[in-house]
Amino acid sequence: MIEVKNLSKRYGDKKAVNDISFSVGKGEILGFLGPNGAGKSTTMNMLTGYISSTSGQILINGVDILEDPIEAKSNIGYLPEIPPLYVDMTVDGYLNFMYDLKKCKLTRKAHLKEICDLCKISHVRERLIRNLSKGYKQRVGLAQALINNPPVLILDEPTVGLDPSQIIEIRSLIKKLGKNHTVILSSHILPEIQAVCDRIIIINKGVIAADGTAGEIADKLTNEHKMTVRIEGSTHTSADKKEITDALKAIDGIKYVRADMEREKGIYDYDIESDEEIDVRRAINTLCREKDWNILMLQLSDMTLEDIFMKITSGDITAVKSEDEKKSALAGYEIDFEKSGQKTEEAVSGGENSADGEASEKNEKKDKKSSSKKGGDK
Amino acid sequence: MGAIYRREMGAFFTSGIAYVFLAGFALFSGLFFSLGVIGSGVSDMSPMFSSMFIIVLFLIPILTMKLLSEEKKNRTDQGLLTAPVSLASIVLGKYFAALTLFIIAESIVFIYSIIIALCGEVVWSTLLGNYFAMLFLGAAFIAIGLFVSSLTENQMASAVIGMFVLFVLYLMDSLAANIPVEFIQKALLSISFYSRYVEFTRGVFDLSSIVFFLSTAVLFNFFSVRVLDKRRWG
Repeated sequence: MIEVKNLSKRYGDKKAVNDISFSVGKGEILGFLGPNGAGKSTTMNMLTGYISSTSGQILINGVDILEDPIEAKSNIGYLPEIPPLYVDMTVDGYLNFMYDLKKCKLTRKAHLKEICDLCKISHVRERLIRNLSKGYKQRVGLAQALINNPPVLILDEPTVGLDPSQIIEIRSLIKKLGKNHTVILSSHILPEIQAVCDRIIIINKGVIAADGTAGEIADKLTNEHKMTVRIEGSTHTSADKKEITDALKAIDGIKYVRADMEREKGIYDYDIESDEEIDVRRAINTLCREKDWNILMLQLSDMTLEDIFMKITSGDITAVKSEDEKKSALAGYEIDFEKSGQKTEEAVSGGENSADGEASEKNEKKDKKSSSKKGGDK
Repeated sequence: MGAIYRREMGAFFTSGIAYVFLAGFALFSGLFFSLGVIGSGVSDMSPMFSSMFIIVLFLIPILTMKLLSEEKKNRTDQGLLTAPVSLASIVLGKYFAALTLFIIAESIVFIYSIIIALCGEVVWSTLLGNYFAMLFLGAAFIAIGLFVSSLTENQMASAVIGMFVLFVLYLMDSLAANIPVEFIQKALLSISFYSRYVEFTRGVFDLSSIVFFLSTAVLFNFFSVRVLDKRRWG
């Protein structure tokens, strides 16, 4: 349905989008994820023909957007980041205008009614768009995109500014639309992408950092075993902490140990990362038996999409070339995490922690390998 | 094109620009009609038409100021440029909407002609000659105003720059008179709108001037399309 080949967009010296390729099949809901300024909107604007690419090719339904823009555009419904609404018109007037503009051949009255019902704006059709709340404006924007029933829907941050119940409504609406339409949707809100999309593309600094289902991406990127262990020492003082940390570090295969907070009186949690090939759980158990410590809890931590996202966008995983760039990548991001502000901070500081500098270097090497493999596949 | 034309016509009236424009046109043409035509006791409306040049020059940028600048500012251009329509039909839809309003305003002269007919005789050939001359002048000025509007995001800037550009074009004659170099004089006079327009009000119907006005209109509409196109490549 949509094919993007080696797409690039350059603004002066800055490459906003750098050589990205992907394709989206019919009936697929693709999530575009990335921090602010990653190139999501630029890519979407190119897909819809609003701006042109510097190089590369975009095929919508087999039609090149630069060669036959009118035909290609007639297959697309687009909701930009800021809905293109004429605030001096009524909702009805605006939708009729878009109906005419898109040269829609469907029965006007029935088609517009269907769309308004779908977007739940039937009761505001006579009102001026100026007087609508942001949520309703967003819905009118979505309604506009649905006119003429285009096979491809491109939605740039469709739930921004909506209240939680509206967000849930719009998400379920998008899911519903995904059955008959190809949908590309962008967001920087992870749960949203996870809830709605079949497939996710994570874009960072203008390049695709990951492409696949949430599970696939997690599998690809989990290259170390991470776990949290709660161990009860013999003295119940902070002296335990050091002793246990040192003992754990001595275990073959463990790369990184960090004593976490005191969870119970005199008992600490330890975050452990180990090599992929070695299962260290038995070794930890043996150690504790020898020392007469008690394991009170052992939890393997799966990588959530948020961890992955943080890893990728903090420069750990992307094809970041130089050390300098990496630092600027770490410093420059403002990521809008609705729920997990704290988690974000931890993850970032974890990434900068000198203790795992080695680990991240290893990761980078692995990534280079995997990215070159990817390149080979193409 | 039709959809954009209809929307712009509606927007002229909801934004009030149409009322300002029509009222301004009616006020000044009425003034010149009563003073220059009725007051001096002639049945020829040419003096009114020649005085209206300077008024049209200031009124047309008001008509065109919002047409493209607002779209860019409110990001509604994203809706237009991603719709299955050509850039030319976007520009022309807006252009013809403004031209329609101009024709409506200008047609007020037919009310004056009724007044003249009541107490004298209307010379229809001069009246229609003047009418179409002003129409072609408006066609050229609107294209220039629309082009200026495509260059900026601010409608006030668009209006002011538009007036400035048209005023400079108006000054071409006096500029030419003060530069005693023949070829520069010729060059300046050749792009003078005023001398060409005034010829019509004297009863000379010059086809080359019509071609000049119309080709100016075509050229600046083409420029507007190019500006929209260029923005996509920026």
